[in-house]
Amino acid sequence: MSKFMSETPANSTGDLPASAGASTAQRSSTIRRLVVPRLAGLVVPLAAVLAALAVGAVMLLVLKANPIEGYGAMLSGAAGSWDALADTANKAMPLMLVGVGISIAFRAGVINIGGEGQIIMGAISATLVALAIPGTPRVLLVPVVLLAGGIGGGIWGAIPGALKAYAGVNEILSTIMMNIVAAGLMSFLLQDLLIEEGAIRIQQTKRLSENADLPLLPGGTRLHLGFIVALLVALAGYYLLFRSAIGVRLRAVGHNPDASRYAGMAVKRSVVQALALSGACAGVAGAILVFGSESHRLIGEGGSAGFTQSAGFNGIVAALFGGLHPLYTVPASFLFGGLLTGGIELQRETQVPAALVIALNGLVVVFVVGSLKLRSRLAQWVDSTSMDAQTPQSEPDLVEATS
Amino acid sequence: MSEFFTITVLVATLASGIRLATPFLLAGLGETLGQRSGVLNLGVEGVMLIGAYAAYYTALQTGSAWLGVLFALAAGAAMGLVYALITVVLHAEQGISGIGIFLFGLGFTDLLFQKQVGTPITIGGLSRVSIPWLSDLRYVGDLLFSHSPLVYAAFLLVPVMRFVVNRTTFGLNVRAVGETPEAADTLGVSVAWTRVATIVIGSTFAGLAGASLALEVKVFQQNLTSGRGFIAIALVYFGAWRMYGVMTGALLFGIVSATVLQWKTLGIVSGGAAALTTMAPAVLTIVVLVIVSRRVGAPAALTRPFDRAS
Repeated sequence: MSKFMSETPANSTGDLPASAGASTAQRSSTIRRLVVPRLAGLVVPLAAVLAALAVGAVMLLVLKANPIEGYGAMLSGAAGSWDALADTANKAMPLMLVGVGISIAFRAGVINIGGEGQIIMGAISATLVALAIPGTPRVLLVPVVLLAGGIGGGIWGAIPGALKAYAGVNEILSTIMMNIVAAGLMSFLLQDLLIEEGAIRIQQTKRLSENADLPLLPGGTRLHLGFIVALLVALAGYYLLFRSAIGVRLRAVGHNPDASRYAGMAVKRSVVQALALSGACAGVAGAILVFGSESHRLIGEGGSAGFTQSAGFNGIVAALFGGLHPLYTVPASFLFGGLLTGGIELQRETQVPAALVIALNGLVVVFVVGSLKLRSRLAQWVDSTSMDAQTPQSEPDLVEATS
Repeated sequence: MSEFFTITVLVATLASGIRLATPFLLAGLGETLGQRSGVLNLGVEGVMLIGAYAAYYTALQTGSAWLGVLFALAAGAAMGLVYALITVVLHAEQGISGIGIFLFGLGFTDLLFQKQVGTPITIGGLSRVSIPWLSDLRYVGDLLFSHSPLVYAAFLLVPVMRFVVNRTTFGLNVRAVGETPEAADTLGVSVAWTRVATIVIGSTFAGLAGASLALEVKVFQQNLTSGRGFIAIALVYFGAWRMYGVMTGALLFGIVSATVLQWKTLGIVSGGAAALTTMAPAVLTIVVLVIVSRRVGAPAALTRPFDRAS
């Protein structure tokens, strides 16, 4: 895990050694040391996406579709107009939120695969709150339902966190099981307690209070307030991880739990905190999926994956692509949100099912994690060729934040 | 409730439990082998989907369910090679690359199904094989001796796999590589090749598990496996990395699922409550993980990539 943690773009932002009197050769090597790892941090994930798209092109050819037409349709569907861009942003929101949460958890050495369940529990608790106090004025109700979402998801994350910390349960397995439990609970509630009264029994709640609707942002598109919320969470995630004492502790625990324990850090509490925070981010995404949707209700049609749009898994893709850095998760989410909206256009234009995008996402994950070794080799090569043999700080931002 | 406790219904439920346990068992046995060599393959769910689709599509096109099984095995082996390349050769983080394989399998099979088939068309499946004499036994015959050939195969593989792991040179290598790869390497055992072999065999089992599911339900749909592959991985922990332990877990889960189905059919539980009971296996898994995690140790080198250079 530690290898995985250290190969991130954030690490390449090490301090520049004072180069006032440095020779040209030294300076160029310094620049190279600084730039190339950064480039490697950017080039390798981009190459992974290109490789996935290339495999996707082969799949399109096999399915007798023209890859250039297909990808063209995807591009215009994702970014062809302001409306398309707004739709991409709407799809990017849950990815961004889940991705920020994933960054926090993975950096703390906890693998959270439970995004799906945490989204669902966030959505359920936000829905329950909106049903309980529908008359509350909008300025109050919108923040309250978002908070309820965060709490619901946070609790759903804290449970596997506590199981890992205090009972030694593998969090990968427990979070996956928590996904299944959450999906069952949602299906139960929508068939039973929360189902809309009426003749046609569709698995959905009634239209929730208008006071909880996320307002549309000015500009005449479907972009809504959730976008601002997602950006703020990304910013908060960055501050938490890299500019706060909690972040130092979480990253230290992720880097080396034994050393952290020896240094007197509360390792167990950190594990619970990391998963709770991670779940809270996903829970907010759940609330946004309900109150930012066009139907303004919790809908069970198409199963739980229909509601979450698989953001719990795709958010992992975005976070990995963004090098587990909350701020880089923002553009990464736009890329994958774009793939999702583009997939719909692809289906319309070339009759190739949008499921291609899910397969592409899987390939991106495989290529990104597969290339981490390559990335570290590249960084090593740069180190060995640089004139000054000083080893770069492995965790510069750790030092930065403590000072 | 009383209609559930008649001997005919109970026998039918248990027999269906054995059938439902088969995909869990096949995938679980393969995953156990992989984990004994120190490799966690979280992609089982994706490989199962690919195996299921391969079996379904081949059976649909050729009318031969056995050819479908063959293609599912091949598809599983191919996915195993890919996973081995990523995790053994490229040393990728196993948990996350497994999720990548899962997403790929989920999207890829849905893509192919929508494009090549479109609407769910029923296929023939494998016909049940009644064992002569034994299947004529009252109740026991229906319970144990009139199943699809893949059910027999899965349960026969339990002692076979146990023998392979505990009594053969290959099995010794697998265990050595899973506990202390450095020592195994010093003794001339190739860590990489051993792990490639267990991954490919395990993944072939996962493909077969998918085929057994598709040929049992005789249809394909998006996300047909719906979490069975993940539960199979949990069963490895449940069974404490022993083949018979995995079998016990698979049977338990199969019977729980069959009971829930039977209750739904008999109208003992309503639609909403039935949704609630689908959570039962997952909750059970978490409880078991809590109990098991402290007591038994996983293979020491599980999820740890081995690099000769370091």
